[in-house]
Formats: sequence, C-alpha cells, structure tokens
Amino acid sequence: MNEIIKMSATTLAEKIKNKDLTSVEVTQAFINRAKEVDPKIKAYISITEEYALKQAKESDKKIASGKEIGQLEGVPIAIKDNILIENIKMTASSKILENYVAPYDATVIEKLKSSGAVFIGKTNLDEFAMGSSTENSAFFTTRNPWNTEHIPGGSSGGSASAVSAMTAPLALGTDTGGSIRQPASCCGIVGVKPTYGRVSRFGAVAFASSLDQIGPMSKTVEDSALLLNVIAGYDKKDSTSIDVAVPNYLDTIKQDIKGLKIGLPKEYFIDGLDSDVKKSINEAIEIYKKLGAEIIEISLPHTDYAVAIYYIICCSEASANLARYDGVRYGFRAECDNLLDEYQKSRGQGFGPEVKRRIMLGTYALSAGYYDAYYGKAQKVRTLIKQDFENAFKTVDLILTPSSPTPAFKIGEKSSDPLQMYLSDIFTISCNLAAIPGMSIPCGFSQKGIPIGMQLLAKNFDEQTMFKSAYSYQQSTNWHKQFPNI
Amino acid sequence: MEISKKDVDYVASLARLEFSEKDKESLTQQLDSILDYIEKIKEVDTSKIAPTSHGATGQNVWREDTVVKSSQSTIDALFKNAPDKEGDFFKVKKVMDTEE
Repeated sequence: MNEIIKMSATTLAEKIKNKDLTSVEVTQAFINRAKEVDPKIKAYISITEEYALKQAKESDKKIASGKEIGQLEGVPIAIKDNILIENIKMTASSKILENYVAPYDATVIEKLKSSGAVFIGKTNLDEFAMGSSTENSAFFTTRNPWNTEHIPGGSSGGSASAVSAMTAPLALGTDTGGSIRQPASCCGIVGVKPTYGRVSRFGAVAFASSLDQIGPMSKTVEDSALLLNVIAGYDKKDSTSIDVAVPNYLDTIKQDIKGLKIGLPKEYFIDGLDSDVKKSINEAIEIYKKLGAEIIEISLPHTDYAVAIYYIICCSEASANLARYDGVRYGFRAECDNLLDEYQKSRGQGFGPEVKRRIMLGTYALSAGYYDAYYGKAQKVRTLIKQDFENAFKTVDLILTPSSPTPAFKIGEKSSDPLQMYLSDIFTISCNLAAIPGMSIPCGFSQKGIPIGMQLLAKNFDEQTMFKSAYSYQQSTNWHKQFPNI
Repeated sequence: MEISKKDVDYVASLARLEFSEKDKESLTQQLDSILDYIEKIKEVDTSKIAPTSHGATGQNVWREDTVVKSSQSTIDALFKNAPDKEGDFFKVKKVMDTEE
C-alpha cells in the first residue's frame, strides 16, 4: 500500500509545502486507491480525475515559483454531492437532478479553492440528504469499508466511506440531524457539525434550512480543525451565517483538559443502548478521567421528544424547499399536455420514495387545520430542547454521549420501516435543533469489528473546547490509526 | 391519529406529487405510523413557551434591493440546465386556458 494514502491531511499539506511530495503525486496516489477500492464500496458518484490533476499541477507550479500558498495547498478533498462545484455535475443523489451541472461555486468551494485544495470527486448520499444509510440514493448504496455488508451511515455515507477507505484524506459532508456524525461513527472517522451559522450554506442543496450545516470529515481531529479553519466564516450570501470572528482552531487544540467538566446526559444512557457501544463509551469516560476531566451526570429532560419534533420540522422545511423542483428551470421534466400534470409527474417520477414521504409529511404538518398542532407545537418544544442545553452548559463545558445507539447495521435491515430508520438518529438530532456544535470521534469497535463513535457537544461557537477534548482523547488512543482491510 | 387515503390524495395534490394507487396505500400506512409516533409531543405543556423557528440568533439581515448583474457565462450555465427555453426565457406549458 502506498504510504501517502495513510498520511493525515496536516502531514500532506506540510510535505507538499516543503516539496517532499508534489500535489500531483499525492492526488494520483488517492485516485489510484479510489480506482482500486471504490468499486467495492461505491463511495463516489463521480471521480473528477482530470479536474483534480489540473488543480494539482497548478498547486505544484505555485509552490515551485515560491508564490504564497493556501492552508490546504495541493491536498485532495472529496465533496458530498449536494454541494456545488462550478461546471461539475451535482446530483444530490436524485433522479430529478441527474443531469444538473452546477452553474456556480458554493461559498465553501470558493474558500477551498483559494486554500489550494484539490477536488477528487463527488460522494454518494441519501437522496437530498434524507436518510441514515445511503440506501435512499437514487443510484446505489455505499458500503462500509470495515464490512461491506453493513451501511456506511448517512446521509454523508459516501464522504465517510471515502475517508475511511483512504481514497481521500478529507471530505465535506452536510448535517441536518446527524448526517455527518452518524456516518463518521459508522466508518470510524471524525465528523464535525459546526455551530449553526458558522459555515455558509450558500451553494449547498437546501433540505431543512434551520438545521442544515456543512462540516469537515477526516481521520484525525487536527485535520477537521484545519478544514474548519478554511470553510468557516460569515458570508453575505447566506443571511443565516453569523458574523463571529473565526479563531484558528489549531491554536488551542493541544491545550490540556485538566479540570474540564464533562456532562453525561442520563437520557442518552438508555436500556436500548448496544452493549458494545456502552462498553466503548464507558472506557472513553475512564480515559477522560485520567486526562483530568471531571465527569458529571446531567439531565436533558426533553430528549425523548427530539425525534418527533425533528421530523415535523425537517419535513415541513423540506416540503417548502423542494417545491422548487418543478421541471421548469432545471432538473427532470416529464413531458405532458398541461402544466399541472407536468408538475405532478415530474415530481412524482423524479423524487424517490423517502423524499416523497417527507414532502407529504411536511405538507400535511403545514396544511390548514394542522399547522398549530404539528409545526407550531414542534417549534415550541424545540425551545425547550434548546433550554435543556443552555441549562446543562451552566454546569458543564462539554457533553459526551454515544453517537449512535448501535454500530452500523446491515444493508436492508431497516430500509422497509421508515420509523425505525428515523430512530437511529436519536442521539444526534438534538444538537441540530439546539444549533450547537457537535462531533463524532472513533472510540472503539464492536465484537464484530464495526467501528463505534462517541459524540461530543459544546456551547454555541465553542468548537475550540470540543476540538481540544477530542484531540486529547485521540492522542491517548489508537482508534484513528487503524485502517479497514479493503 | 387516523390518516385516510382521502387525506393522502388531498396532501398529494397540495404537494404536486403523483402516486400510483399501490404507493398511496403503503404511504397511508407509513404516514399513519409516523404521525402516531409524533403524537407524543402533545403531552408537553407549551402554554408559556415561545417558539424557536431558527438556530441563528434571529436578527434580520437587510440589504439594498439592487440588481447585481450576473456574468454571461453564469447566465449561459443556468440555461444549459433548462429542460426547455426560448431565447432568454424558460419555456413552459400554457398556464391559463384561453380557449373556453
């Protein structure tokens, strides 16, 4: 195995900068790896080889001529296929956008371009990011590199699988209810959902606008911090991005965590928790104690309502956001004799079953006579969930939970029961409802060798505490240094 | 909570979605079980609670209503994705019936 593909993005950036490696060498190594293993895991919808090598050559030229370079100069990154890169196809894993070519760059892509990053490919997802397994992709299901019979998680399952299988050192995902953290947990990598408003959503396909956030995925905590350094910041094109100064997340990452107060919400340590997950989380807690953290039991009393209100809110927002797919300006159009039929058939044939289910649920929840009982009520309960966290953060600096109640399940195991699938997000969705930052880091393996993830949650805009806590843990463990045998 | 096929028909028409009869049946069942689960939010007393519509701080963002011109290449790229067009317009089926 080529040693390059095992290196962290931080190491690669350093070696490219110091001319120990060229970006072309690095990019080619990851492309070769992708060509070798991706047919087995199907993480990519498209591998943008030509585009990537062209960018890599430009980076090498820049370095050779001594020009100023970016933080990720020459380093490859995989992009979830619901984020726009100008002139590259963007499908959102939907038939309705199968032939859509992005007319402009997302803000995160503009930022990555100026940092010198190289785009290696677009990764698979559940259609419109709606799902927890990539089984809702209109094209194919991505597989977990640790065991290809298992799901990679979702919706950013392609990005997680690509990083885990070492076909890219970095990836971008999007997270509406756990879509970065749950697949990161399933595939044994790091995934970060930044504070709502920390990263511009301009140019990411809208699903549920009050919850969606773009974030980093990588093998190490340091790499995710580096990537967040590049993509974070206010953007006038996203009126919900927030104008708060972006710190250098690497500056504080190595600080010790002596005296840090870590809360364990009792509502997350439930009977249904898988015994392997429980064991790994308990071991992680012991490590935190050794690192000098103080462990405190806390309560987030409205946790039990999170899944219910999440599905009301996300489906309601999705039903409005996806109204734009009408076959008029772009996307699939079913040719009919009149406009109404054309709308109904274009949407009926273009969207997959889960997307239609959610549009239906959202339309129902917003329809006359039901608005107050569902959407209105859900927004009020959302306030209570937000307050739960505000109260908890009066006594603790960080909250630690499992990322998912079970390790990655088998492909097909839950695909026939939407409600069971929704419940697999039970530990990740409160974070989006409360708008706080959260991340998943690897903390062990099940007896069957499937990765297990631990979730860390912090106060609004306190990604620094989250990163230093995750970094300290990773320095004391070896989970992130293990590679799937694929 | 009982959701009927009639409700599904009505909501499908609001959402501009066409379903086969078979899909409508399974959808009725699935929506019913999801709504049944969601019912539990009714137990929460929210009589004194203000709603949260957004994760952001809730400050409105204003700007001048001015036209920012797009480059011709962006305009061309936008039209390349259009299912049908005529000149610089998207072309659709007749919206109003004028024959009667």
